[in-house]
Amino acid sequence: MRWLLAKDLRILRRSPMLVALLVLYPVVVATLIGFALSRGPDKPRVAFANLVPSSGQEIDLGGKRIDVARQAAPLFRAIDPVRVRTRAEAVKKVRDGDVLGALVIPQDTTRKLQTGLEPATVDVYYSADDPVKASFVRDTIKSQVQDANNALTRELSRVALQFLGLISTGGNYSFLGRDFDVLGLQRSERMLEQAKADLPRASPARDRIDQVVRFARLARENLDLSDDVLSSVSSPLRVKQTQLDGGATALSSFAVPLAAAVSLMFITLLLASGALALEREENAYLRLVRGLVSRTGLLLEKAGLAAVCSTVVVLLMLCGLGLFVELDWGRLGLWGLATAFGALAFAAMGLTVGAMTREVRAASLLCVMASLPLTFLALVPSGSVSPALYDVIRAVSALFPFKPTLNALDAAINGGEGLALPLAHLAALFAAFAGLSRLALNRFA
Amino acid sequence: MFPAVSEAVLSAQGLSKRYGKREALRAVSLDACRGELVAVIGPNGAGKTTLLSILAGIQRPDAGSVNRGPREIGWVPQQAALYGKLTVAENLRLFARLEKAEDPDAEVQRMLDLTGLADRAGDQVSVLSGGNRQRVNIAIGLLGCQPVLLLDEPSSALDPRQRERVWGFVLSLAERGTTVVYSTHDIAEAERHANRVVVLADGELIFTGTPDAFQDAVEAETGGRGADFEQAFVAYLKARGH
Repeated sequence: MRWLLAKDLRILRRSPMLVALLVLYPVVVATLIGFALSRGPDKPRVAFANLVPSSGQEIDLGGKRIDVARQAAPLFRAIDPVRVRTRAEAVKKVRDGDVLGALVIPQDTTRKLQTGLEPATVDVYYSADDPVKASFVRDTIKSQVQDANNALTRELSRVALQFLGLISTGGNYSFLGRDFDVLGLQRSERMLEQAKADLPRASPARDRIDQVVRFARLARENLDLSDDVLSSVSSPLRVKQTQLDGGATALSSFAVPLAAAVSLMFITLLLASGALALEREENAYLRLVRGLVSRTGLLLEKAGLAAVCSTVVVLLMLCGLGLFVELDWGRLGLWGLATAFGALAFAAMGLTVGAMTREVRAASLLCVMASLPLTFLALVPSGSVSPALYDVIRAVSALFPFKPTLNALDAAINGGEGLALPLAHLAALFAAFAGLSRLALNRFA
Repeated sequence: MFPAVSEAVLSAQGLSKRYGKREALRAVSLDACRGELVAVIGPNGAGKTTLLSILAGIQRPDAGSVNRGPREIGWVPQQAALYGKLTVAENLRLFARLEKAEDPDAEVQRMLDLTGLADRAGDQVSVLSGGNRQRVNIAIGLLGCQPVLLLDEPSSALDPRQRERVWGFVLSLAERGTTVVYSTHDIAEAERHANRVVVLADGELIFTGTPDAFQDAVEAETGGRGADFEQAFVAYLKARGH
């Protein structure tokens, strides 16, 4: 078997274009997927529970009624709200994967906005079982709450500035159907100056009036500055985020195992399927299995070749990425373990493809055609599609090595959820695909 | 012209093979002696390749038996089973190692000398002519030093000069005592390069004997009416319901 392995390595060495494509193509695809990940679906489904009673939807600010729900409208521009009645219902929808996240407006929100003594808080719940999804929910809701904050702030500031204007310069003001003429600091100052001029020069009241005039001038001049101060108060609403379950992998860290999994998939699948199909294309298969090598031995040799080559390439890639991204080098052994398990599962799948297609070109085409959709399926976050469809997607993803490889690499590199389960999953897939490829080999010649 | 025929080294008895409803071989028996050149002839679909692949151990017969296992029989497939990216010497060395030859390098040198390809040892197989490729293909079939060599249409797709070169090589093997069984649909080739012909038609063995005996049988069937031998052979098959 080792001579066959040496032969395959020599053929690879003499096919520089093939080797270059095997390395470059996955890198390009991984980069594209990385770019694609920076965007999520346009309108994520978010459970929305407004616990504020209908009678308390408006706040009164100096006699002016402000509809908080209307001011919070920007929240709904970027999400597809699934309205629920209670907080528990919203949380359940997130846990069940029906929605990407939940937004809860607590009962006391308008009261807090009204009093202004403490900021009103909205609650956001999300599941972090998928870092892509978690990041997307966080970013989307954060930016939408910021938009709502801006709208509320603008409205609150406008009302407050009207009052300040009245205090500073005076003018008419309507309250409960009656009109009032507010004197204002400016006119008060002028009236006091006139009153002072009417007093005798030796009157002791002139000093006291002078003090009041200086205060009125000082107050007016500083109230002019309060426009800027008010504009800078910009967060009447605050967000409290609650992660319901899952790991805490950041999206930037998640990109590393994702790039590694994509590269591992392409290199291993193409190499395993191509190396096996090549034996038939070169007409050497029958000569080999006529007692020189057993069929199972041949499959093991190809699986070993593909797994070792791709594991080396991916570990080198991870080491290269480690120069730019902070990685825990102490987990290097786990990287190797996860990569090797993933490579073996992909190799067995590649052998099945090679044994079924029996031609190098057909095998390569099928590998690419099958693996790209499977990759994207494995990355579909729960809540972005209907629950039934998501269950189907999850079942399909479980039948192929990409998702468990991604989970294993994430656990190995970022210390996410347990490593044992994805490794066991990959071992089972290796056994299943190895069995399939052995069956397919019966009609290979 | 041909070496003396002595002991039987290959014996197949009652071989039958069926592909679905089609019967590819019907109770075919064959014996071949040391140094004998046996040509298996017949029209396309007669069962020649099926017979050789069963003798080579590639396929299992539905019935019947062969007295030797695959490791005791050299086999040369119709299409060269070689790695195009490897050189002639590398191909030979790889298969010598897989055959567990005691001294693979010596075996490679022996085959290069035997095939007359020593000067092309460093060339990649992909750049060789069809004739030279077939010589390497045959050489690999001989690497295990088996006493029997099976060749499936060894000269098909070769030009006359290449064909002559390949046959010179095969005849030299027989002279050294190797039993050679080959399939062909070229009757003239069988007449020239065999000391026994086995005729198959629709999976059935309809004649076995020397080329001269076969010619006599065909001429007797057609009345020796001056037709060329190929036409006579077709008439012979037709007369037997094939």
